[in-house]
Amino acid sequence: MIVHALAFYLFAAVVVACAVMVVAARNPVHSVLFLILAFFSAAGLFVLLGAEFLAMLLVVVYVGAVAVLFLFVVMMLDVNFAALREGVLEYLPFGLLVGFVMLVELVMLYGAWITGPDIALAAASPTPDITQVSNTEALGHLLYTKYIYLFQAAGMILLVAMIGAIVLSNRQRDGVRRQVIAEQIARTRKDAVEMKKVTPGGGI
Amino acid sequence: MDIGLGHYLTVAAILFTLGIFGIFLNRKNVIVILMSIELMLLAVNINFVAFSSFSGDMVGQVFSMFILTVAAAEAAIGLAILVVYFRNRGSIAVEDINMMKG
Repeated sequence: MIVHALAFYLFAAVVVACAVMVVAARNPVHSVLFLILAFFSAAGLFVLLGAEFLAMLLVVVYVGAVAVLFLFVVMMLDVNFAALREGVLEYLPFGLLVGFVMLVELVMLYGAWITGPDIALAAASPTPDITQVSNTEALGHLLYTKYIYLFQAAGMILLVAMIGAIVLSNRQRDGVRRQVIAEQIARTRKDAVEMKKVTPGGGI
Repeated sequence: MDIGLGHYLTVAAILFTLGIFGIFLNRKNVIVILMSIELMLLAVNINFVAFSSFSGDMVGQVFSMFILTVAAAEAAIGLAILVVYFRNRGSIAVEDINMMKG
């Protein structure tokens, strides 16, 4: 139990410290790297909660794809990031005020939280015994039966996002010879080949 | 030393607050604002998984997966818009984003 508590405090401390650094770092590349560390630590918290599949998903999808996408964009844009940080101190008091009020509200909400005694009876899909069914298997059983339509909808969202991102960032440049398949197929022998009558010794 | 639901909720609350704080602090930098939104979504995910784990209900984890999906889509589209915008204007400052006068 003590190991569990120590691991929780370690991961929680790293998550919070990294979140602070994401917000406060001067260099956006550092921000992205701290974001990656925050995701890793959150994955550790998920493992402690018994959600192994989501933890691995967080590492693969977030660290492997989203955070690296952020890194690419930050490095690709030639922006003077120092100029963007001007006036931070001006916004600091207001941000602190809003953040403080938000935190107090959340703490008040959670402080008054009382879980009912028979909450487990109200579960829509109770967690199966971990010794019999692993977390990934249980999640798969739910996802492919009860929530199959939502699963498909999530796939559609990803498809739309992919097409949208490609369409948005694809640029037609001048002076680049592209392959136009319709033109290639529409070509006939008549367009491409010309017959010439060559007289002997005369040339063309 | 027993770690309960309240501990996880506290971490999530701090994370969410830091996300909001980041949006206020970096009002000029769209990239950091997007990263702050990711932090807030992570906080929401921690809440979902914590409740799912402590109330013995798998649906929280299923929903958390859908949040991950939407967050990934949002990040991809947001960064694509950012790249297009930078190509057109040569700047990513929020205050320059006024072409539509909205």
